[in-house]
Amino acid sequence: MLRVVLAEDAVLLRAGLVELLSRVGHEVTAAVGDAAELARAVDADRPDVVITDVRMPPGFRDEGLKAALELRSRHPGLPVVVLSQYVATAYATQLFSGASSAEGGLGYLLKDRVGEVTDFLDALDRVAGGQTVIDPEVVRVLLQQRTADEPLQRLTPREREVLALMAEGLNNQAIAQRLTITEASVVKHSSNIFMKLDLDPAEGNRRVLAVLAHLRREAPQV
Amino acid sequence: MTVAVWEALRERPLRFALSTWPLRCWAFLLSGTVVGFFALLLLTVLLFVGVGLSVVGVGLLVLMGVAVLGIPVAALERHRLRLVEPEPLLDPHGSLPGTGAWPWLRTRLRERATWRELGYTLALGVVFTATGIGFAALLGLSVLLTATPVIVWAIAPDTVMLVPGRPISDPVAALPGSAAGLLGLFVSAYVGGLLAGAQVWVAQSLLSARDEDLSTRVIELTRSRVRLVDAFEAERRRIERDLHDGAQQQLVALSMTLGLAELELRGQDSPATPLIARARGEARQALDQLRSLVRGIHPQVLTDHGLPAAVSELALRNPIPVTVEMHLPDRLPSAVETTAYFTVTEALTNASKHSGADQVSVVGRLHDDKLVLLITDNGHGGADPAAGAGLQGLADRVAILKGRLVVTSPVGGPTQLRVEVPCSA
Repeated sequence: MLRVVLAEDAVLLRAGLVELLSRVGHEVTAAVGDAAELARAVDADRPDVVITDVRMPPGFRDEGLKAALELRSRHPGLPVVVLSQYVATAYATQLFSGASSAEGGLGYLLKDRVGEVTDFLDALDRVAGGQTVIDPEVVRVLLQQRTADEPLQRLTPREREVLALMAEGLNNQAIAQRLTITEASVVKHSSNIFMKLDLDPAEGNRRVLAVLAHLRREAPQV
Repeated sequence: MTVAVWEALRERPLRFALSTWPLRCWAFLLSGTVVGFFALLLLTVLLFVGVGLSVVGVGLLVLMGVAVLGIPVAALERHRLRLVEPEPLLDPHGSLPGTGAWPWLRTRLRERATWRELGYTLALGVVFTATGIGFAALLGLSVLLTATPVIVWAIAPDTVMLVPGRPISDPVAALPGSAAGLLGLFVSAYVGGLLAGAQVWVAQSLLSARDEDLSTRVIELTRSRVRLVDAFEAERRRIERDLHDGAQQQLVALSMTLGLAELELRGQDSPATPLIARARGEARQALDQLRSLVRGIHPQVLTDHGLPAAVSELALRNPIPVTVEMHLPDRLPSAVETTAYFTVTEALTNASKHSGADQVSVVGRLHDDKLVLLITDNGHGGADPAAGAGLQGLADRVAILKGRLVVTSPVGGPTQLRVEVPCSA
């Protein structure tokens, strides 16, 4: 059971999410409609996880995302799931590069994902558990056809698949299952990925770093 | 500048006297004399009153009245000119910034046209009136002479003397006078034509709008077009917002409800399960379509993250590989960003559809406060900017922002689009 604060300005969707979450046994301590209320609710309720929309009143731009980042800096390690209508990687980059620490789970999911109820709940659990989850659709866009992008260019197709699943937040065992390969070869692929992307094993969660390294390169102007 | 009277004189000199031209010229000259006389009278009176009262301050207002006196006179003259000119003259005055007497006076006093009109009024009052009186004398005398037999017949038995000391006995004896009068009318026709033409020429030079007057109006026109573009932009955003907040959210809620239903049915062997899964798939497709539709209307990432980010997204979705290289220090004005974005969209679409290219590059830089975008593909070239409605539309959009769009596409390639948009406009 998770204690959730939910921020979503579309009433229909907010009600639906509340229903969904309570039905599977989570407790929604607050369901709010704008970024300021979100901040107040989080400060008061100290939830296990925050779910927020990107676009929120009053400006209907990226208020939700900004509020999430601010909450992360005020409550380090607060797990946040950002729901977005956009596949746009710029938002994901903003989220991951703006988060002051890699501590605490962070998720960027497309709104469509809530329709895949099991996937959505699973992602929510993983973020609450401290993992990083990026929507498969976003990952797919990130990893496809960046022919001119150097470090990723060096990855084999199989290694890219592994990286994509890593970005979704799956562990080695789950990746092995999904790709129907042995866990040992997943380990081998991941160490190749880390090597090719010049990632220092000492730098915390390398899985997240691998994805972040790519995200940051993707949109350096953010 | 052509003067219609002079043209008529030159083309058919003999017919001229028998056409309606002389009558129109006379009407023009005589009415001009009357208008000029009264204008001069008014000008003189106002000038004296103004100078006389200038010590009290009110006189200054009167003097300002003198300065703008040319405006109503000129307006009248532009109408009167239609007697001998088929084409009306353009009003040289620009539009006003507000209503009321003060904005009117301030704007008008700043316009050169106002001073040209005052100059014209002076010329009308002094030169035209003087020549007009002389011409009226010639015309009057000619009419009088022509009519001598009638006069003689009418006032008999009193004596009429055309030449002093030589009384005319009867109407027949007055016929030579008529001949002289007819000759005078004939001469008046041509003199009137020449004089009227000269006045028209002066009026055309002083009363019509010049390029310098028009340039302010062109700016106004440009401004109003920019306002129009902004209005369209606002409308696009509104539509995008409505779709995003309405239909998209509804579809998400729908697919979520379907997902919940699936969850409820899990483990049960119900025939509804595959149907619900299918419905959820369809809802998802509808969402995908709606999302790409919304993006085409106005991409949110452009609003939130600016041009480089939005173009990078475009590049990711493009069917053929695109390299993006944009170094822009700050956010650009939103009109520039939007125009640039849609230019890149169109260029990428064209490159993917028609060029046969397998690589496109987009380079964007700021040169002296001007955004320069280069979109190059390695396709077979031969693109005709005149043929594509899309490119034309883009060129129009770019032109509104005082920018330009240059397409070079030699047969055999490569095709390059160069867009330059000033960011200060």
